[in-house]
Amino acid sequence: MDSTAIIDQLRPLVPGVSYEAGASVDFPTLYVPADRLVETCRALRDTPSFRFNALVEVTAADYVPKDPRFEVVYHLLSIPNRRRLRLKVRAAEQTTVPTVQGVWPSAGWLEREVWDMFGVVFEGHPDLRRLLMPDDWEGHPQRKDYPVQIRKPAQTYEPLEISEEEFKANLERDRLKRTVH
Amino acid sequence: MASGMASSAGGYGLDPELPLLTTTVERLVQWARRSAIWPAQFGLACCAIEMMAMVASRYDVARFGAEVFRGSPRQSDLMIVAGRLSRKMAPAMRRVYDQMPEPKWVISMGACASVGGVFDNYAIVQGVDQVVPVDVYVPGCPPRPESLIYGIVQLQQKIARSRA
Repeated sequence: MDSTAIIDQLRPLVPGVSYEAGASVDFPTLYVPADRLVETCRALRDTPSFRFNALVEVTAADYVPKDPRFEVVYHLLSIPNRRRLRLKVRAAEQTTVPTVQGVWPSAGWLEREVWDMFGVVFEGHPDLRRLLMPDDWEGHPQRKDYPVQIRKPAQTYEPLEISEEEFKANLERDRLKRTVH
Repeated sequence: MASGMASSAGGYGLDPELPLLTTTVERLVQWARRSAIWPAQFGLACCAIEMMAMVASRYDVARFGAEVFRGSPRQSDLMIVAGRLSRKMAPAMRRVYDQMPEPKWVISMGACASVGGVFDNYAIVQGVDQVVPVDVYVPGCPPRPESLIYGIVQLQQKIARSRA
Protein backbone atom coordinates (compact mmCIF):
# COMPACT_ATOMS: atom_id res chain seq x y z
CA MET A 1 0.00 0.00 0.00
CA ASP A 2 1.62 3.24 -1.09
CA SER A 3 0.85 6.73 0.13
CA THR A 4 -1.71 7.54 -2.57
CA ALA A 5 -3.70 4.39 -1.71
CA ILE A 6 -3.61 5.40 1.96
CA ILE A 7 -4.84 8.88 1.08
CA ASP A 8 -7.68 7.39 -0.99
CA GLN A 9 -8.69 5.24 1.96
CA LEU A 10 -8.41 8.07 4.44
CA ARG A 11 -10.44 10.60 2.46
CA PRO A 12 -13.90 9.19 3.34
CA LEU A 13 -12.86 8.61 6.95
CA VAL A 14 -11.74 12.17 7.59
CA PRO A 15 -13.74 14.28 5.15
CA GLY A 16 -12.58 17.61 3.84
CA VAL A 17 -8.86 17.23 4.46
CA SER A 18 -6.25 17.72 1.74
CA TYR A 19 -3.50 15.18 2.35
CA GLU A 20 -0.32 15.32 0.39
CA ALA A 21 1.97 12.42 -0.42
CA GLY A 22 5.58 12.98 0.62
CA ALA A 23 8.74 11.61 -0.93
CA SER A 24 10.27 8.66 0.89
CA VAL A 25 12.44 5.64 0.25
CA ASP A 26 11.33 3.28 2.99
CA PHE A 27 7.65 3.52 3.88
CA PRO A 28 4.73 5.76 2.84
CA THR A 29 4.73 9.37 3.95
CA LEU A 30 1.81 11.77 4.25
CA TYR A 31 1.64 15.46 4.95
CA VAL A 32 -1.23 16.21 7.31
CA PRO A 33 -2.58 19.68 8.09
CA ALA A 34 -2.03 20.46 11.76
CA ASP A 35 -5.67 21.23 12.57
CA ARG A 36 -6.87 17.79 11.41
CA LEU A 37 -4.00 15.77 12.90
CA VAL A 38 -5.82 14.25 15.87
CA GLU A 39 -8.81 13.15 13.74
CA THR A 40 -6.47 11.59 11.20
CA CYS A 41 -4.48 9.78 13.86
CA ARG A 42 -7.63 8.43 15.46
CA ALA A 43 -8.84 7.13 12.09
CA LEU A 44 -5.47 5.55 11.41
CA ARG A 45 -5.53 3.83 14.79
CA ASP A 46 -9.12 2.59 14.79
CA THR A 47 -9.89 1.68 11.16
CA PRO A 48 -9.44 -2.12 10.81
CA SER A 49 -7.51 -1.84 7.53
CA PHE A 50 -4.95 0.50 9.15
CA ARG A 51 -4.75 -0.43 12.87
CA PHE A 52 -1.67 1.73 13.50
CA ASN A 53 -1.66 0.91 17.17
CA ALA A 54 1.85 2.07 18.07
CA LEU A 55 3.44 5.49 17.87
CA VAL A 56 7.11 4.70 17.52
CA GLU A 57 8.70 8.11 17.23
CA VAL A 58 7.94 11.78 17.17
CA THR A 59 10.73 13.97 15.92
CA ALA A 60 11.14 17.14 13.90
CA ALA A 61 13.32 18.74 11.28
CA ASP A 62 14.28 22.39 11.00
CA TYR A 63 14.41 23.77 7.44
CA VAL A 64 15.15 27.23 8.68
CA PRO A 65 14.92 29.59 5.69
CA LYS A 66 11.68 27.93 4.65
CA ASP A 67 8.39 29.08 6.06
CA PRO A 68 6.93 27.27 7.98
CA ARG A 69 10.33 26.19 9.22
CA PHE A 70 9.59 22.95 11.09
CA GLU A 71 8.27 19.60 10.01
CA VAL A 72 7.13 17.39 12.89
CA VAL A 73 7.46 13.73 11.93
CA TYR A 74 5.42 10.88 13.38
CA HIS A 75 6.37 7.27 12.80
CA LEU A 76 3.46 4.87 13.16
CA LEU A 77 3.58 1.11 13.35
CA SER A 78 0.73 -1.33 12.83
CA ILE A 79 1.64 -4.47 14.69
CA PRO A 80 -1.40 -6.54 13.45
CA ASN A 81 -0.94 -5.46 9.82
CA ARG A 82 2.87 -5.33 9.91
CA ARG A 83 3.01 -1.91 8.27
CA ARG A 84 4.62 1.41 8.96
CA LEU A 85 3.57 4.94 8.10
CA ARG A 86 5.15 8.34 8.43
CA LEU A 87 3.09 11.47 9.04
CA LYS A 88 4.53 14.95 8.65
CA VAL A 89 3.04 18.16 9.99
CA ARG A 90 4.36 21.55 9.01
CA ALA A 91 4.75 23.98 11.89
CA ALA A 92 5.92 27.56 12.08
CA GLU A 93 7.65 29.11 15.06
CA GLN A 94 4.47 30.79 16.29
CA THR A 95 1.91 28.11 15.45
CA THR A 96 1.19 25.09 17.60
CA VAL A 97 0.65 21.44 16.77
CA PRO A 98 -2.11 19.53 18.60
CA THR A 99 -0.90 16.80 20.91
CA VAL A 100 -1.70 13.20 19.96
CA GLN A 101 -1.37 11.99 23.52
CA GLY A 102 -5.09 11.21 23.57
CA VAL A 103 -4.56 8.78 20.70
CA TRP A 104 -1.28 7.19 21.75
CA PRO A 105 -0.15 7.78 25.36
CA SER A 106 3.46 7.23 24.29
CA ALA A 107 3.35 10.64 22.64
CA GLY A 108 3.89 12.35 25.99
CA TRP A 109 7.63 12.09 26.34
CA LEU A 110 8.24 12.12 22.59
CA GLU A 111 6.48 15.46 22.25
CA ARG A 112 8.31 16.77 25.30
CA GLU A 113 11.57 15.90 23.59
CA VAL A 114 10.53 17.68 20.38
CA TRP A 115 9.54 20.75 22.36
CA ASP A 116 12.81 20.62 24.33
CA MET A 117 14.98 20.29 21.24
CA PHE A 118 13.06 22.34 18.65
CA GLY A 119 10.64 24.54 20.55
CA VAL A 120 7.57 23.28 18.73
CA VAL A 121 4.66 23.84 21.11
CA PHE A 122 2.17 20.98 21.39
CA GLU A 123 -1.23 22.33 22.22
CA GLY A 124 -3.07 20.41 24.92
CA HIS A 125 0.02 18.62 26.20
CA PRO A 126 -0.47 18.24 29.96
CA ASP A 127 3.20 18.33 30.97
CA LEU A 128 5.36 20.19 28.47
CA ARG A 129 8.61 20.34 30.43
CA ARG A 130 12.26 19.88 29.47
CA LEU A 131 13.16 16.25 28.98
CA LEU A 132 16.82 16.12 27.94
CA MET A 133 18.17 19.56 28.79
CA PRO A 134 18.36 20.95 32.34
CA ASP A 135 15.14 22.50 33.60
CA ASP A 136 16.44 26.07 33.51
CA TRP A 137 17.98 25.83 30.03
CA GLU A 138 17.36 28.65 27.57
CA GLY A 139 16.78 28.01 23.89
CA HIS A 140 16.20 24.88 21.85
CA PRO A 141 19.49 23.25 20.84
CA GLN A 142 18.45 21.30 17.75
CA ARG A 143 17.38 24.42 15.90
CA LYS A 144 19.61 25.22 12.96
CA ASP A 145 20.27 28.75 14.25
CA TYR A 146 21.26 27.63 17.76
CA PRO A 147 24.83 28.55 18.75
CA VAL A 148 26.10 25.01 19.29
CA GLN A 149 29.54 25.95 20.62
CA ILE A 150 28.38 28.26 23.38
CA ARG A 151 30.36 28.17 26.61
CA LYS A 152 28.54 28.19 29.90
CA PRO A 153 29.89 27.52 33.38
CA ALA A 154 29.06 23.99 34.46
CA GLN A 155 26.41 23.62 37.11
CA THR A 156 27.82 21.67 40.05
CA TYR A 157 24.87 21.44 42.36
CA GLU A 158 21.31 20.19 42.17
CA PRO A 159 18.38 21.97 43.74
CA LEU A 160 17.06 20.25 46.83
CA GLU A 161 14.22 17.90 46.06
CA ILE A 162 12.55 18.21 49.47
CA SER A 163 11.78 21.28 51.55
CA GLU A 164 13.28 21.92 54.95
CA GLU A 165 9.97 21.08 56.66
CA GLU A 166 9.76 17.75 54.84
CA PHE A 167 13.34 16.99 55.83
CA LYS A 168 12.63 17.71 59.50
CA ALA A 169 9.40 15.68 59.35
CA ASN A 170 11.33 12.75 57.87
CA LEU A 171 13.91 12.97 60.66
CA GLU A 172 11.21 13.09 63.30
CA ARG A 173 9.34 10.14 61.82
CA ASP A 174 12.55 8.17 61.65
CA ARG A 175 13.35 9.00 65.28
CA LEU A 176 9.90 7.89 66.43
CA LYS A 177 10.20 4.66 64.48
CA ARG A 178 13.47 3.89 66.20
CA THR A 179 12.37 4.73 69.73
CA VAL A 180 8.84 3.30 69.99
CA HIS A 181 9.20 -0.30 71.05
CA MET B 1 59.42 1.36 51.76
CA ALA B 2 62.82 0.01 52.58
CA SER B 3 64.84 2.45 50.50
CA GLY B 4 65.35 5.80 52.14
CA MET B 5 64.01 4.58 55.43
CA ALA B 6 66.71 2.07 56.18
CA SER B 7 69.39 4.61 55.30
CA SER B 8 68.60 6.73 58.34
CA ALA B 9 69.01 3.79 60.67
CA GLY B 10 72.68 4.40 61.25
CA GLY B 11 72.19 8.07 62.06
CA TYR B 12 70.49 7.39 65.36
CA GLY B 13 73.45 5.59 66.87
CA LEU B 14 71.82 2.20 66.46
CA ASP B 15 73.69 -0.95 65.72
CA PRO B 16 73.46 -1.39 61.91
CA GLU B 17 73.09 -5.12 62.47
CA LEU B 18 69.83 -4.65 64.37
CA PRO B 19 66.68 -5.66 62.40
CA LEU B 20 65.16 -2.21 62.76
CA LEU B 21 63.79 0.44 60.42
CA THR B 22 63.20 3.99 61.40
CA THR B 23 61.05 6.40 59.49
CA THR B 24 58.66 9.28 59.99
CA VAL B 25 54.94 9.00 60.46
CA GLU B 26 54.50 11.20 57.40
CA ARG B 27 56.42 8.83 55.16
CA LEU B 28 54.58 5.86 56.52
CA VAL B 29 51.21 7.48 55.85
CA GLN B 30 52.25 8.49 52.34
CA TRP B 31 53.39 4.96 51.67
CA ALA B 32 50.14 3.50 52.94
CA ARG B 33 48.02 5.90 50.93
CA ARG B 34 49.81 5.49 47.64
CA SER B 35 50.11 1.71 47.85
CA ALA B 36 46.40 0.98 48.18
CA ILE B 37 44.45 3.39 45.99
CA TRP B 38 40.81 2.35 45.76
CA PRO B 39 39.23 3.92 42.70
CA ALA B 40 35.53 4.71 42.44
CA GLN B 41 33.72 3.37 39.43
CA PHE B 42 33.03 6.41 37.34
CA GLY B 43 33.06 5.25 33.73
CA LEU B 44 31.14 7.66 31.52
CA ALA B 45 31.97 6.62 27.97
CA CYS B 46 34.39 4.63 25.82
CA CYS B 47 37.31 5.50 28.14
CA ALA B 48 35.65 3.22 30.68
CA ILE B 49 36.33 0.26 28.39
CA GLU B 50 40.05 1.03 28.56
CA MET B 51 39.75 1.49 32.30
CA MET B 52 38.22 -1.98 32.53
CA ALA B 53 41.01 -3.36 30.36
CA MET B 54 43.49 -1.79 32.74
CA VAL B 55 41.95 -3.71 35.63
CA ALA B 56 41.72 -6.98 33.72
CA SER B 57 44.42 -9.61 33.61
CA ARG B 58 46.41 -8.46 30.58
CA TYR B 59 47.39 -5.08 32.05
CA ASP B 60 46.54 -5.84 35.67
CA VAL B 61 46.70 -2.64 37.66
CA ALA B 62 46.83 -4.85 40.77
CA ARG B 63 50.58 -4.78 40.22
CA PHE B 64 50.41 -1.13 41.30
CA GLY B 65 47.94 -1.62 44.12
CA ALA B 66 44.95 0.18 42.61
CA GLU B 67 42.70 -2.64 41.52
CA VAL B 68 39.96 -2.53 44.16
CA PHE B 69 37.23 -0.65 42.29
CA ARG B 70 34.41 0.32 44.61
CA GLY B 71 30.78 0.85 43.78
CA SER B 72 30.38 3.26 46.66
CA PRO B 73 32.19 6.61 46.75
CA ARG B 74 32.36 6.31 50.53
CA GLN B 75 34.89 3.52 50.19
CA SER B 76 37.02 5.12 47.48
CA ASP B 77 39.86 7.58 47.44
CA LEU B 78 40.40 8.00 43.71
CA MET B 79 37.87 9.01 41.09
CA ILE B 80 38.88 8.19 37.52
CA VAL B 81 36.61 10.35 35.37
CA ALA B 82 36.59 8.15 32.29
CA GLY B 83 34.78 9.82 29.42
CA ARG B 84 32.79 12.86 28.43
CA LEU B 85 30.93 14.60 31.20
CA SER B 86 27.58 15.98 30.12
CA ARG B 87 26.17 19.05 31.78
CA LYS B 88 23.38 17.09 33.37
CA MET B 89 25.88 14.60 34.76
CA ALA B 90 28.04 17.32 36.35
CA PRO B 91 25.99 17.72 39.56
CA ALA B 92 25.91 13.94 39.99
CA MET B 93 29.67 13.73 39.59
CA ARG B 94 30.17 16.54 42.09
CA ARG B 95 27.94 14.68 44.52
CA VAL B 96 29.96 11.48 44.12
CA TYR B 97 33.15 13.48 44.69
CA ASP B 98 31.71 15.15 47.78
CA GLN B 99 30.74 11.78 49.21
CA MET B 100 34.29 10.43 48.98
CA PRO B 101 36.20 10.64 52.26
CA GLU B 102 39.39 12.67 52.48
CA PRO B 103 42.08 12.31 51.29
CA LYS B 104 40.86 11.92 47.73
CA TRP B 105 42.26 12.35 44.28
CA VAL B 106 40.89 12.70 40.76
CA ILE B 107 42.30 11.46 37.48
CA SER B 108 40.83 13.05 34.38
CA MET B 109 41.06 10.30 31.79
CA GLY B 110 41.06 11.11 28.10
CA ALA B 111 40.57 14.16 25.92
CA CYS B 112 36.84 14.59 26.64
CA ALA B 113 37.20 14.64 30.40
CA SER B 114 40.25 16.91 30.23
CA VAL B 115 39.18 19.55 27.68
CA GLY B 116 35.95 18.40 26.05
CA GLY B 117 37.65 16.52 23.24
CA VAL B 118 35.79 16.46 19.95
CA PHE B 119 32.58 17.46 21.70
CA ASP B 120 32.94 21.22 21.46
CA ASN B 121 29.27 21.91 22.16
CA TYR B 122 26.72 23.08 24.67
CA ALA B 123 25.98 19.64 26.10
CA ILE B 124 29.46 18.58 27.28
CA VAL B 125 31.44 20.19 30.10
CA GLN B 126 34.67 21.45 28.57
CA GLY B 127 36.97 19.90 31.14
CA VAL B 128 35.98 18.26 34.41
CA ASP B 129 38.30 20.61 36.31
CA GLN B 130 35.36 23.04 36.18
CA VAL B 131 33.54 20.68 38.53
CA VAL B 132 36.15 18.86 40.64
CA PRO B 133 39.87 19.51 41.29
CA VAL B 134 41.95 17.25 39.05
CA ASP B 135 45.32 15.80 40.09
CA VAL B 136 46.46 13.98 36.95
CA TYR B 137 45.35 14.45 33.35
CA VAL B 138 45.79 11.40 31.11
CA PRO B 139 45.75 12.37 27.42
CA GLY B 140 44.47 10.11 24.65
CA CYS B 141 41.27 9.31 22.83
CA PRO B 142 40.86 6.94 24.55
CA PRO B 143 44.15 6.50 26.44
CA ARG B 144 45.56 3.02 26.27
CA PRO B 145 45.60 1.05 29.53
CA GLU B 146 49.36 1.65 29.79
CA SER B 147 48.72 5.40 29.73
CA LEU B 148 46.25 5.16 32.54
CA ILE B 149 48.63 2.98 34.57
CA TYR B 150 51.28 5.64 33.96
CA GLY B 151 48.81 8.21 35.22
CA ILE B 152 48.22 6.19 38.36
CA VAL B 153 51.96 5.90 38.91
CA GLN B 154 52.25 9.67 38.49
CA LEU B 155 49.52 10.06 41.09
CA GLN B 156 51.37 7.72 43.43
CA GLN B 157 54.49 9.87 43.08
CA LYS B 158 52.40 12.94 43.77
CA ILE B 159 50.97 11.33 46.92
CA ALA B 160 54.51 10.41 47.97
CA ARG B 161 55.51 14.08 47.69
CA SER B 162 52.44 15.41 49.49
CA ARG B 163 52.25 16.36 53.16
CA ALA B 164 50.45 13.74 55.20
